[in-house]
Amino acid sequence: MRFWIICLCIVVAGLAAFYLATSPKRIPPMVSASSDSFDAALISRGEALAAIGNCDSCHTTRGGARFAGGRGIPTPFGTIYSTNITPDQDTGLGTWSEEAFQRAMREGIARDGHYLYPAFPYDHFTRLTAQDNQALYAYLMSRPAVRDLARDNPVWFPLKFRRLVAVWNWLFLKKGLQPEDPAQTADWNRGAYLVNGLGHCGACHTPRNLLGAESTNRAFAGGRAEGWDAYALDGTSPAPVAWTVDSLTAFLKTGWHAEHGDARGPMAPVTEDLGRVADSDVHAMATYIGSNMRSRSVERRHRPKALSSTGSIGAEVFAASCADCHGGGEPLPFGGIDFALSSAVNAPEPRNIILVTLAGLPAADGRAAGMMPGFEGAISNEDLAALLQYLRLRFSYEPWNNLGASIKTARRALKETGPP
Amino acid sequence: MSLILNVNGTDHEVSADPQTPLLYVLRNDLRLNAAKFGCGLGQCGSCTVVIDGKPATSCTVPILLLKGRRITTLEGLGSMQSPGVLQRAFIDMQAAQCGYCIAGMMMRAHALLTSVPDPSDAQIRTALEPNLCRCGTHMRIIAAVRRASQLSLELQQARR
Repeated sequence: MRFWIICLCIVVAGLAAFYLATSPKRIPPMVSASSDSFDAALISRGEALAAIGNCDSCHTTRGGARFAGGRGIPTPFGTIYSTNITPDQDTGLGTWSEEAFQRAMREGIARDGHYLYPAFPYDHFTRLTAQDNQALYAYLMSRPAVRDLARDNPVWFPLKFRRLVAVWNWLFLKKGLQPEDPAQTADWNRGAYLVNGLGHCGACHTPRNLLGAESTNRAFAGGRAEGWDAYALDGTSPAPVAWTVDSLTAFLKTGWHAEHGDARGPMAPVTEDLGRVADSDVHAMATYIGSNMRSRSVERRHRPKALSSTGSIGAEVFAASCADCHGGGEPLPFGGIDFALSSAVNAPEPRNIILVTLAGLPAADGRAAGMMPGFEGAISNEDLAALLQYLRLRFSYEPWNNLGASIKTARRALKETGPP
Repeated sequence: MSLILNVNGTDHEVSADPQTPLLYVLRNDLRLNAAKFGCGLGQCGSCTVVIDGKPATSCTVPILLLKGRRITTLEGLGSMQSPGVLQRAFIDMQAAQCGYCIAGMMMRAHALLTSVPDPSDAQIRTALEPNLCRCGTHMRIIAAVRRASQLSLELQQARR
């Protein structure tokens, strides 16, 4: 009996200690700052930073007010809905002081003291300088206030207890700035700061462990983003032609490159944002990313096309539906890419090429970008599998496995989330 | 080579190269001229038809993909004498200017209303996004789709 009482006391004391240890301070609400109180130069620096961080992608719904949140981000633990980061008093950041904003970016804790889910990539934003956070704060707080309450998150039940995030933070959150590497150039160090901090490229391009944290020992080995494959940005990059700093810079700024193809899925809006960023910053990001990729042999580009272009369903569909754009060597972005150069056709998994074939590439607003009709209604699963296997064998190496299952998954995803 | 195509509920035997785009067979062989040739690359939407409930640009779909599939064209929604709900709504709202895009718009709207009978404006805009209209009648087109949704809901209630 006494044993059990002691056990109970230890458990209660443990829970009390956990509760106290995970109780962050509530930062008192602020009376709204007028947007005149921010320096115009600071706001415009914040605007460029927000573009590098691609804040609007997650914090805006399709067709919704910018930064008003409400977009569902699918995670293995349930859907997390983004919050309203406009300066609205009741539903946005209106009552957040700069101190509260700086803490959220550095520690992932909201103004009122609740833990934010790491779908908000504060494990990257923790590496921002206070000056950059100040500029971002000035920019966001000078946007139009939109009243829009965040939705409840249908996460896996125990995760409703947000204090569990404190355990995640203890395990995986490495707070604060990373030291510069004196052996590297200033450009490289600037790139590392932007890529690993605000740009949070690893959030999609680095694989995650069972608890949803990035596997830091496999940085940039390729990950997943909203049903799409985020290609590896290390030596295992699927690109048939090696990326260079120049091609990466051009791709990040325009969303396409003649030797690689189009940015699509969640990467498309990233490049739309980066198109508005200073060339020097995008070049720095490309310098850092490029240094993680070892160059590859160019022989893949000139591989013999062994496969006959007639005589199978795949070949016939290609000739009838694809070759008008993809067979003639018309220049990108309006012509279709030569599939021998396409990362999607040469990637280890067929996920992206399936999604693009089904949903197409929607026309981009106000910029020259690739576009393609979707074939969701036109092509049956069997014919699509035949077509893609043909593309793979003709333009890449070994066949894909489980094409049928991947096609069904992609169709389901499109039905649930709509076109990309 | 001959092939059976099911268009608007009727089987048609067509003899054409299997790589022929559906649009050419509809217009030239079956004399169904509602679907229009615009760009020939699936980028403008004026040739949109519905295949098994989903919109598709018929200029990029070879007939070899269509064995056993159900194709619906604008002619399948109604006639001049007895227009269907979508056609009625487009006439009511005077949603056509030159009219070249309208058949495609209606077919995409038809696919939307089949799966979402009471769509929001945002859903209508998203669904019609792939189809272009050069005249700028977009606001009337959206209004017509809204009207069609309302008409079919009223029709359903009247039947009860």
